[in-house]
Amino acid sequence: MSEQTHGMVKRDLAPGEEEEHSVGARILGYVVGLVLALLLTATSFFIAGTDLVWQPSIPVALIVLAIAQMGVHLVFFLHITTGPDNTNNVLALAFGLLVVFLVVGGTVWIMANLNANMPPMDHIMMRQ
Amino acid sequence: MAMTATAGHAHADPHHIGLVIEHPGPAPKRIVTAYGFWIFLLSDIVMFSCFFAAYAVLSGQTAGGPKGAEIFEQRNVAIETVCLLLSSFTCGMASIAADVRNRFWFYLSMTVTCVLGLIFLVLEFREFADLIARGYGPSRSAFLTAFFSLVGCHGLHVSAGVLWLLTMMAQVFAKGFRADILRRMTCFALFWHALDIVWVAVFSVVYLLGSAP
Repeated sequence: MSEQTHGMVKRDLAPGEEEEHSVGARILGYVVGLVLALLLTATSFFIAGTDLVWQPSIPVALIVLAIAQMGVHLVFFLHITTGPDNTNNVLALAFGLLVVFLVVGGTVWIMANLNANMPPMDHIMMRQ
Repeated sequence: MAMTATAGHAHADPHHIGLVIEHPGPAPKRIVTAYGFWIFLLSDIVMFSCFFAAYAVLSGQTAGGPKGAEIFEQRNVAIETVCLLLSSFTCGMASIAADVRNRFWFYLSMTVTCVLGLIFLVLEFREFADLIARGYGPSRSAFLTAFFSLVGCHGLHVSAGVLWLLTMMAQVFAKGFRADILRRMTCFALFWHALDIVWVAVFSVVYLLGSAP
């Protein structure tokens, strides 16, 4: 009814839903996502076992590649975009990432320091 | 032009994002359901992050047992990864087929997804059985406990996903593409894609970082 008066009216999107594209365009989106994900995976596996690059850079490269691949999955498979309709999804994701970062980062940080402050194991054994 | 069209509806466009979304009252059920499931998935990912944190802390505590580099088989992991990636793709095809209500492509894509998921599970189960047979079970060292709980937890999720997948096929077979069935299908697709994201973290952090010399 209001389609003609308001040219920009469109339907809301649920998480994981795409804007109304044709079937061909939607399939193409998944194909692009699959190709990108396969490329990133192949790079990860190649980097992990190669002598071609400076060895200490490998863990950093693996983590960067993993984050990139998660981004590809989020955009092409879960259809998380920056569109105005996705604000709620992105906010929930941001909060989830904050908790993940606090849990993983905090644990690794604290436990690394605890390990450094622990007396050697045989020390503890002797006191008993 | 857009300005004049939306000028009278400023109340419907409070953030001036340029589109008028007219649905007074709560959002459609389709959106509420999928959004709630999205929140659940994020909490699931938070739970996985606890397992990852435990693994990161304990990965060096081998108690004289094997290190990661000695027990991981890259070829096996690569096949598992490709299986999950392809199954994520076919799951996307299944959700497109469900949207256009095409039964043949829906059943075909779901079957392929199911087979790929089962291949993944078989490979993982064989890896676990092989480790336990060699005496490297979860009770061998703190590292192996963390490894088995993290990877096993992901495997349990995939098993639950396969059961859910079969349920969705049965429901479409019995009830057709009804609105409530399509909502469940949306949630299933979200679940399956999220599992793939967790697996990306697993193979990068556990298998690839862990097998560095």
